[in-house]
Amino acid sequence: MESFFSRFKNPLVLIALVLLQVLALAVQVQRPGNGLDGGADGRRVAKLRGWSIAGVVPVERAMHGSSMKVRGVWENYVDLRDARRENAALKQDVDRLREEQAAFAEDAAQGRRLQALLGFKEQYVTSTVAAQVIGTSGSERSKVLTLDKGAADGLKPDDAVITPDGVVGKLRDVYPHSSQLLLLDDPTSGAGVILASTRIRGILRGTATGGVEINNLTADARIKPGEKVVTSGGDMVYPRGLPVGVIASIAPDPTHQPYTAIVVKPMANLARLEEVLVITGTSSTMTPGMAKDAAAAEQTAEANQKAADLSAERLPSLHADAPVTAGAVTGGVAGAPVVSDDAESQVGVVPGIPNSGLPKPKPVVHPDRFSVGAAGPADLLQPGGSASGLMRDDPTVAKPKADGQGGPQME
Amino acid sequence: MEHSYTSRQEMDKYGFNPGVTLLAPLVCLLLQAAMPKTFPWLLHVDLPLIVTIFFAVSRRSPIAGAVTGTVIGLFQDGLTNHPFGVDGIANGVVGYIAASVGFAVDVDNLVNRILLVFTLSLVQDGVLYVIAHWLLGDVTYRALPLQELIGAAANCVVAVPMFAVLDRFRTRD
Repeated sequence: MESFFSRFKNPLVLIALVLLQVLALAVQVQRPGNGLDGGADGRRVAKLRGWSIAGVVPVERAMHGSSMKVRGVWENYVDLRDARRENAALKQDVDRLREEQAAFAEDAAQGRRLQALLGFKEQYVTSTVAAQVIGTSGSERSKVLTLDKGAADGLKPDDAVITPDGVVGKLRDVYPHSSQLLLLDDPTSGAGVILASTRIRGILRGTATGGVEINNLTADARIKPGEKVVTSGGDMVYPRGLPVGVIASIAPDPTHQPYTAIVVKPMANLARLEEVLVITGTSSTMTPGMAKDAAAAEQTAEANQKAADLSAERLPSLHADAPVTAGAVTGGVAGAPVVSDDAESQVGVVPGIPNSGLPKPKPVVHPDRFSVGAAGPADLLQPGGSASGLMRDDPTVAKPKADGQGGPQME
Repeated sequence: MEHSYTSRQEMDKYGFNPGVTLLAPLVCLLLQAAMPKTFPWLLHVDLPLIVTIFFAVSRRSPIAGAVTGTVIGLFQDGLTNHPFGVDGIANGVVGYIAASVGFAVDVDNLVNRILLVFTLSLVQDGVLYVIAHWLLGDVTYRALPLQELIGAAANCVVAVPMFAVLDRFRTRD
């Protein structure tokens, strides 16, 4: 017996190590909250994982801090060089966004009224915590990032994590001063989504290849590449209406018939995350700040509407009940106000305001000496001289031919 | 002709300072966790696997190789969202095989080192596939041959200079 153990000592040790870990795996998998479904681990496993993370986080934090300092010096220099140009561009953007905000405010107000009528509970993001990504899992198969904020900052497991571009994932395990972010493209990740234009609901999942797919929908001709995907709020993790991505491709799923594999390109760049926002609070009512913004936007929208009404009153061509002359008709139905989309056919047109200019005269079919432009430039005219001579020399004016073509014709 | 009674295992067996034994895997684990944030392509490289292979072939003790691989793998599991034991088993098996192969081939030879790292990287992928499919029943886990070949090649590229650096810390037992 002794010789057996001494002879097979090496393989026996390996078998013992493997068996122990297989048992540990079995225990972890059988317990609810085993972490395989993207949820948090059990208490003991979370403690073990916490020790591993605690060993790594201080070093990651130090490395991140030093790299940020080096990068900061360089970026400050680059930023200063382009600051003036960027500032001008940003001011233009702010003006444009104000206009857009005012335009959306009325729709939003109407939406809120309808939601109130239907008893629908909207979720507003009331509080967020900004966190920095300081590390990764170090494995291609595990799309997990380490954040520098934890329970001490008010974070909890299953808190949604976003960037200004869109949703990136949710918190998996939260430790006192750090947390693990499970990205959308991890195979254990999932999110309830809705297709923005068709309003079809689906479940978004990460794939083994690092992609993101909706694979619980059957073929539907209405679903097209390019359609936006937003969170549905049905998973109780991600608040409703957050942008997730756009549909990149749709193909039959050979391993999962009769469903289709709808590949979604996330809005946020999941491979290059630096800073994220963790949503720590939502509410069914708007925060005072949001209410103030909405009120300001509504006021701007009302002011814009008044200005538009005033312009409409002063411009006779914009009256809906104005008689439509045959010569002015460029399209549309008889009796309706004529609106020309051709901006070049109008003089003094203001971008964004239809029919804000005056109609341009139609080109002359048979020019004669009385036609506009036939007299030639004013500096060639002589006091008391005839304009007809100029007309004869002007090559732009068609001259009557011997056969009668090209000149004025009697009808 | 003079005969030596020292076996090849004894001749080529190396030891390490305890500090190096502890620090080298730790540094590799930290770099593996921190670097891909800045350089995402580094996720193709598996530094903990390379250091497992290095210690296993240098010590030429299958038990030490399996234990070292298991400990490093369990630490890796702690940083991922995998259950504890997935990387532990895979790296333990790799450490055992690396030490066993170390008896048969000259692991100081550059070509042998490259072949060893390339083959063992693929072995690790195979073990991970078996664990995911048979033990965990994870149907989403798929074999990605191209990705695994790229990973194995990347490991070879990194392993050559890394072995050369670590060679300086070994002492003959």
